[in-house]
Formats: sequence, C-alpha cells, structure tokens
Amino acid sequence: MADTTLNALPVVASDELESPARRALRRLFKRKGAVVGLVVIATFALLALFAPLISPYEPIATSWSLVRKPPSALHWFGTDELGRDILARVIYGARASLLAGAISVGIALSIGVPLGLLSGYRGGFIDALISRITDAMLACPFLILAIALAAFLGPSLGNAMIAIGISATPIFVRLTRGQVMSVKVEDYVEAARAMGNPRWRIALFHILPNIMPALLVQATLSIAAAIIAEAALSFLGLGQQPPAPSWGSMLNAAQRFLTNAPWMAIWPGLAIFLVVLSFNLVGDGLRDALDPRER
Amino acid sequence: MLNFLARRIVQLIPTLFFVSILIFSLQQLLPGDPALVMAGEERDPEVIAQIRQQYRLDQPVPVQYVYWVKGVLSGDFGESLRNKVSVRELIAQKLPVTLQLASMAIVIAFLIGIPAGIVSAVKKGTAWDYGANFFALWGISTPNFWLGIMLIFVFSIQLGWLPASGYVPPTENFRASIAATIMPAFVLGNAIAAILMRHTRSAMLQVLESDYVRTARAKGLLERSVILKHAMRNALTPVITLGALELGTLLSGAVLTEQIFSIPGFGKLIVDAVFNRDYAVVQGVVLTTATIYITLNLIADIAYVLVNPRLRA
Repeated sequence: MADTTLNALPVVASDELESPARRALRRLFKRKGAVVGLVVIATFALLALFAPLISPYEPIATSWSLVRKPPSALHWFGTDELGRDILARVIYGARASLLAGAISVGIALSIGVPLGLLSGYRGGFIDALISRITDAMLACPFLILAIALAAFLGPSLGNAMIAIGISATPIFVRLTRGQVMSVKVEDYVEAARAMGNPRWRIALFHILPNIMPALLVQATLSIAAAIIAEAALSFLGLGQQPPAPSWGSMLNAAQRFLTNAPWMAIWPGLAIFLVVLSFNLVGDGLRDALDPRER
Repeated sequence: MLNFLARRIVQLIPTLFFVSILIFSLQQLLPGDPALVMAGEERDPEVIAQIRQQYRLDQPVPVQYVYWVKGVLSGDFGESLRNKVSVRELIAQKLPVTLQLASMAIVIAFLIGIPAGIVSAVKKGTAWDYGANFFALWGISTPNFWLGIMLIFVFSIQLGWLPASGYVPPTENFRASIAATIMPAFVLGNAIAAILMRHTRSAMLQVLESDYVRTARAKGLLERSVILKHAMRNALTPVITLGALELGTLLSGAVLTEQIFSIPGFGKLIVDAVFNRDYAVVQGVVLTTATIYITLNLIADIAYVLVNPRLRA
C-alpha cells in the first residue's frame, strides 16, 4: 500500500527545483579544473588582501648586502638586484595584477554593456554607428591599442587600467549586441512589450538578466587577458611605476640578470601563469556550467 | 561573388573612417599642451614652434584632423621627431622583419595546433585528448614575454645553442637568420597554436559526427582515410581562415617578443616611439596595424566564400 502511494506521487527532477544560479554553481563545482582555478584565485586574492600580515619583508626594503641572493631559508624566492625579497614582491605584486584585472574589466563592462544593449535593442542608425565604432576599435589589436592609449595617457597603473579597459570594451559591445539581438525576439520580451513596459525597463529587467551568463563567461576570460596586458604594460614601463612591485616590472628587471640570477624571472612569471591559467579554467568551467545544452 | 566583394569593400569605408578618428584622437589624450609634451625635455621655443606647426596645433581640432587624413591618404604619416625620418620610411624598414617573424610563427602554429587538434578529436577522452587540452590551456595562459625569457635562459645561457638576441636578414645569411628568429617565432606561434588546436578539435568533432563520415566508415574505408581525406578537409576550412586572421594578432604579440629578443621590427618600433614621445610614429604604427588587420579580415572572408560552395551561390 505504502509503495503504491509513493509511486503515485509526481516525480520532480531535482534539476527543476533548483534556481538557475544554484544549478550553474553545482555544475561548476563538479568540474575539477574550475575548482582548482577557484582555489588558486582565492589564494592569490587572500595573499593580496592580507599582504602586510603575510609578507615576510617589506617589498621595497633594499639591502646592499643581500643583492641577488639565491633562494634560501631566509629568502624563499631569493632576492633581486637591489636586495629586495622576491617573495614579498610577488605577494604585493598580486595586488596590482588582480586589481588591474578586476578594474579594467569593470571599465569594459560598464561602457560595453550599456552600449551593446542600446545598439542591439534600438537598432537603426544608433546600432550602425556603435557597430562601426566597435569594428574600428576591434581592427586595432588589443595590446597595440592598450600600449598606444597608455603612452598618450602617461605611465601609471591607473592609466594602464583605463587603457586596458577601453581596449577590452569593443568585445563586450559586440557580445552584448549579439546576445540582445537573439533574445529580443523571444516571447517573454514580446509579452513584456505588450504589457506596456518602457524600453529601458525591458532592456534592464527582461533582457539583461538573460544575457548575463554569456557576459559572465567573457568577463572571466577577459580578466585573464587584462592581467597579462597589465603585466605587459608594466614590463614595458607603462604600468606600475618603481619601486612599487608588479609582476611585469619584476620580469623586466630580471631579464638583465638572467645569467647570474635566474630566480628573479621564475617566480613573477610563474605567478602570472598560475593566475591567468586559473581564470581561464574558471572561464571554461563557467561556459560549460552555464550552457543549457549541458543539462 | 562580385556583389559580395563590392558590399564587403563598401562596409570597410565607415570602419576605416572611424579607425582614422580613433587614431587621430589619441593625440587629444595628451595632458596639457601637446606641443610641450611632445617636445619632452627639449624646451627650445624653436622646437616647440616647429612641433606646433608640424601638427597644426594652433588650428581647431577638426582642421587638424582634415590635414592629418589628407597626409595619411597620400602616404604621409608625418615625420619622426626623434629620427628626423619620415614615419612611412621607418615602417617600410621595420615591417618586413616583423612579417618574417609572423610568417614563421604562423607556420609553427599550424604545425603544432592542427595535428594536436586532430589527434585530440580522434582520440577524444583519452590521455592524448587531455594532453592536447592541457597544451592549449598552457599556450593561452603563458605570457609570451615570460616564455621568451625562459627560452633565452635555457637555449642561449644554459645550452648555448641559439643567440639570445639580435637579427640577421635572411638575404644576408639564411642559417643565422633562422637561428636568430626561431625562438621568438616559437614564442609568438605558441599561443596561436593553442587557439588553432581548440578550433581544430571542435571542428573535427563536429565533422566526425556528420552523415557523410558515417557513410564513409560504412563503406569500409580505412579509418586513416576517413579522417585525413574526408573529415579533415572540411574541418580545416574555417580553421585556415581563422589562421589568416591570427596573423593580425601576431603583430600585437610581436611588440613584447621583439623587445625581449632585441629584434629591430615593427613591435620594437612602437615601444621605442612610446619612450621617445615620438607620437607620429605611434599613430603610424597603430594605423598600419589596423589596415593590415582589416585587409586580412577581408581576405579571410573572401577565402571563406571561395572555398565554401554553399556561400558562393
């Protein structure tokens, strides 16, 4: 009898009870690569946040008796050409890299998404104008445009972030526009329009939430590209200015002492690689987790 | 086909117009008096007056733009403040060096990326597939300037096999030229190989599931023949056009690679110009890069239509 009652109950798949965000998170945590990436990013974020507590030395403290010392029990990653502790500089350098990644992509999102929404939803002349400007920006390779912008704005970490953010903007305009074009013909948008909602409300509350997954994946992958770009600009002397630590400028200095002090090049490069790899792993994981075909 | 070509070229006009506005606007970003900034340490009033006259800085911005575009259209990108040579001449000197590097890099990228992508798709879910995917992630995530430094450390300093820096034109000594450019070409090609691998893998996986491949297998053809003759040909069409586009991206990567290996190419030109406040050169390099990129885009589009009979109709 009990069996019959149980069988009669409607069977609801656990997938259907979950909110889309929860389902995406569950799927993301199933992917080993993405989990490893999240752990590495969290570790570097904590290092950056609590650098003064964790760092064994001051990152800009020089010592002439410690110039280019190999890794040892006192200085795990060795010291640089001015006797500064490389581990301390790598830990503090995480601040510049992660900040540049987050702020640059923030700039790109805050300019690119509204323009893409406007372009895709309004269409007509505005769309043509925004699309041609986007094409023009995409015609200039990302790093060359960032270098040119940073050169004209002047060398500093803040200007480097602005330059990277502006250079990354057209990708978000194009992505948002494409997504809006495909979503705006959906029935629920039609229904919202039929109910008399103003255009801005439809764009912000009906279209934007539905294109968020694609934007989230692109933002994660763009953070990886922005971190490399910041390191590249700092390597060229257009980003973080000395003596403040940055992984890119550390590599620039290391290049001159490769024969006698190769450890100077290994650690900052490895840090960039690990953080960028992690963001790429999380981006790939998010893409799979948010893909409706993967259900 | 002619209609397509005409439509595509007409579409380029507004893009080029906005590219010119974008590059001209860079000059407006200079803080304070542009003439003073361009003059740098040089405070000689004569030099400042010359800069003001050369860039027509005393005229309204739209007038400055019209003069600048007129010059660009007639091939005059201005004069390098540092070298006192025309920017066009400088670009003509440096571009072939970078094109040699970029061509070698694209060959390396194809030689690594396409076989890796095919093997990864054919052996899906095996150690080969995981290995190839790891290689792709490694390629995309490794900053090329770090890879360059590490290669110099291993192959030049430790093993002494290759020169750490410098450039020899192939017309002067072919062997020495290859020895000097093989490391930077690998550094540049590595990331593109990773991208090509991913695209080849996904294109091959799609093709391998198609009906005509199933038919070829049902006919009893050898697996090698099915993959190499039937699947690969169709899968590689979009990948090859994508490779042509990546040549534009290589110009961007060349900036740091040339700096590390001290190669006097296009990338080093823009970096040196940035440090010398030689803004006419910076604008000239960005404009040339954008034009090359747009042209490659057009060629890739045409090639795609030419090789795809369904799009030709």
